[in-house]
Amino acid sequence: MLNAVGREIPEEILRMTGKEVFQGNGHYDGIVYRKHGPKTTCVINSGGSKLKKTIQEVLVECGIRDGMTVSFHHHFRDGDYIVNMVMEEIHAMGIKNITICASSLGKAHDPIVPYIEDGTITGIYSSGVRGKIGEAVSGGKLKGLAVMCSHGGRVRAIETGEVQIDIAFIGAPTCDEYGNCRGIGGRSNCGVLSYAMADAGYADRVVAITDCLVPFPNFPAHISMTQVDYVVEVEAIGDPAKIATGAAKPTTDQRKLLMAEYCTKFVVNTPYFKDGFSYQTGVGGASIASTVFLAREMKKRNIRMRFGVGGLTKPMCDLLINGQTDCLLDTQDFDLAAVESVKDLHHFRISAGEYANPFNKGAVVNKLDFVILAALEVDVHFNCNVVVGSDGVIAGAQGGHPDTAAGAKCAIVVTPLSQGRIPAVCTEVTTVTTPGESIDVVITDYGIAINPARPDLIQAMKNVDLPFRSIEELRDIAYAITGRPEKVQFMDRVVGIIESRDGTIMDVVRQVKPFMFSEERV
Amino acid sequence: MINDNRKRLRRTMMFLNAQKPALIKDPYIYKPDSIILDLEDAVAENQKDVARFSLYHALRSIDYCGIERVVRINALGTPYWREDIRCAVAGGCDAVRIPKAESAEDIRRAEAVVDSAEKEFGRPEGSVLIMAAIESARGVMKALEICEASARLFGIALSGGDYTKDLQTHITGTGIELMGARQNLVIAARAAGVQCFDTVYTDLDDMEGFRRDVETIHLMGFDGKSVINPRQIDIVHEIYTPSKEDVEFAWKVIREIDAKRQSGIGVFTVDGKMIDIAFYDGAKRTIALAKASGMYREEWEC
Repeated sequence: MLNAVGREIPEEILRMTGKEVFQGNGHYDGIVYRKHGPKTTCVINSGGSKLKKTIQEVLVECGIRDGMTVSFHHHFRDGDYIVNMVMEEIHAMGIKNITICASSLGKAHDPIVPYIEDGTITGIYSSGVRGKIGEAVSGGKLKGLAVMCSHGGRVRAIETGEVQIDIAFIGAPTCDEYGNCRGIGGRSNCGVLSYAMADAGYADRVVAITDCLVPFPNFPAHISMTQVDYVVEVEAIGDPAKIATGAAKPTTDQRKLLMAEYCTKFVVNTPYFKDGFSYQTGVGGASIASTVFLAREMKKRNIRMRFGVGGLTKPMCDLLINGQTDCLLDTQDFDLAAVESVKDLHHFRISAGEYANPFNKGAVVNKLDFVILAALEVDVHFNCNVVVGSDGVIAGAQGGHPDTAAGAKCAIVVTPLSQGRIPAVCTEVTTVTTPGESIDVVITDYGIAINPARPDLIQAMKNVDLPFRSIEELRDIAYAITGRPEKVQFMDRVVGIIESRDGTIMDVVRQVKPFMFSEERV
Repeated sequence: MINDNRKRLRRTMMFLNAQKPALIKDPYIYKPDSIILDLEDAVAENQKDVARFSLYHALRSIDYCGIERVVRINALGTPYWREDIRCAVAGGCDAVRIPKAESAEDIRRAEAVVDSAEKEFGRPEGSVLIMAAIESARGVMKALEICEASARLFGIALSGGDYTKDLQTHITGTGIELMGARQNLVIAARAAGVQCFDTVYTDLDDMEGFRRDVETIHLMGFDGKSVINPRQIDIVHEIYTPSKEDVEFAWKVIREIDAKRQSGIGVFTVDGKMIDIAFYDGAKRTIALAKASGMYREEWEC
């Protein structure tokens, strides 16, 4: 069945998942639903301690068995040890058919690939899969499906009960013996625990794993004892060097700076750039440079931001320090400056649900004026792909891309026109992950295309000296440089689903096939 | 018939290693006035043929969007320069830059090879221009004869690195070691009616120093500057491009001189400044520069 972005979703997949096809961002507005309630075990006679000695012991206590869903958060990024240590125990116990519901999976989790191959893990529900797991999934090694969701979509799925977590494992930089967890303090300081909050609220069993046990009460708790069943102390939950890095050196790549200048000039000429505006950006070189340039323009024009949202980095936190924004709303911290900034009274921690769940009665993304995003590919319909690489292998994550793009009044994608000889603006993206209806502007090193669905923005830019072109023109320039790319070749088998924020199917990802040249090209 | 682009706008001439595809594939996005595709110092001795290969194909296949394409050949004392010129001309370059020029004879030797390459590859006679880089004390002293050596020659450039070594000093960042050469070259170029370009500024982290350097050479009368990184381009263009106020004042000067000439008045004031006929050409140049740099607006002709 064709969906609203023109992708054919196989009937078999619709039957198998019970899902509908994507019918547009606003399709479910006003829908009434009852939230899922977790099976909760009351803890009366714990003696004031929920401590268990080992992960294995806690798995037994939680009644681990074949077919369960276990969940994880990705605040420790490439430094995470939790997923591997838990899956190693589950594997050692001979448990099979586990579904991993992680907020994201990355290179740190390469060691669990053998557990995919041997059927310990047969399902994945995650924002994305990078590294060797992505290769394994795209190579058809996962028995079930990998469902790629957005950060907001994941919370929606958990709260509606579409995904039922049996055991949530929460890596906690500090925790007391009664289960009060905080994202700050300790060796593996990651600042916030936003992605884990839905897990704590909706999983049947919640296990906190920490390498820094502190005396009760570890207050104010980011995740409360009221939600935690067990606490396990281990030697290390992560590699601090890979959790929060030093602030990225400002880019000197003139191409990125050029795009950042274009982006800033675009932003300041929109009607939304006025006192009290709101803004979110990512962690790429061009995004960070855009924030620095924007701060310069704000100062020059005496304009203040009301709130900044992130995925935070130093340049965003500098806005708070310099009094250029009233506050920051934080779901994740990418560098030490951001972790440090969490202590500021106007640096607010928010849950992933508050941030982006489309089935809430409100989410922060809907209050955004601007979001600056990246993309692997954008097509002439403004559809973006941020998950599947040019070789057809799953190599990225949806993250907050579809959430913020849908919510923000002005969603800007910044990308070089060609990336390593692959055109980033193309006729049709390999996989649709964010629908074109959410994207307002594409900024490249060769020019800027405004979505024709935004005549107001086109009008606002009428006398602005920027290299405006149509998206088709950008594609043509890209193809003139790189040539028209051959389509990636896939097998029939569907290995992954790109789940829209609202739980419908945006696209499917098929198993990759080694590239074969067509006869006339040989 | 010599190419009439000799006087084109050349505020920035950006060096790019001809061997690096990532550099030469699209430098036009940064909008320099000219690029200099380098076969000389940036390319190792055993890579000269490889660089010529990528140079030729880049020139043949990339649309540089109207930006002037100059090729820096190897010096006349090397075994490479003749083949460099052949490849550059065959590829369709706009000009060649002769390094380490020390005499009019150097220019004429290179010109002869350009002549024959034009014939060999069927390019119109006189279509390939020449510029000369002055890199020694002798070159500085011979600047005028170099400037006058060929009808193809559109300008000379100071190359500070080699020049300061020859002078037994070094680049200080103050410009003091370049003072004599700069002054000499710009005078020689003006006397011969050709353009004059300043040397590169190599400290990419010192953008303030770069700005001061450009302000200095702008006031000295140079037509532009060689740059080594796109981030230097905007600063040069900013300093070299007349402002709206400059253009409006230039128009006032032109109008007043035209009007006063009718009524026989030679000296008068515009906005409190004393003006006479000597300001006429300068005002016209300001307007021409504004137009050439693409920032000109008709409504400034008030």
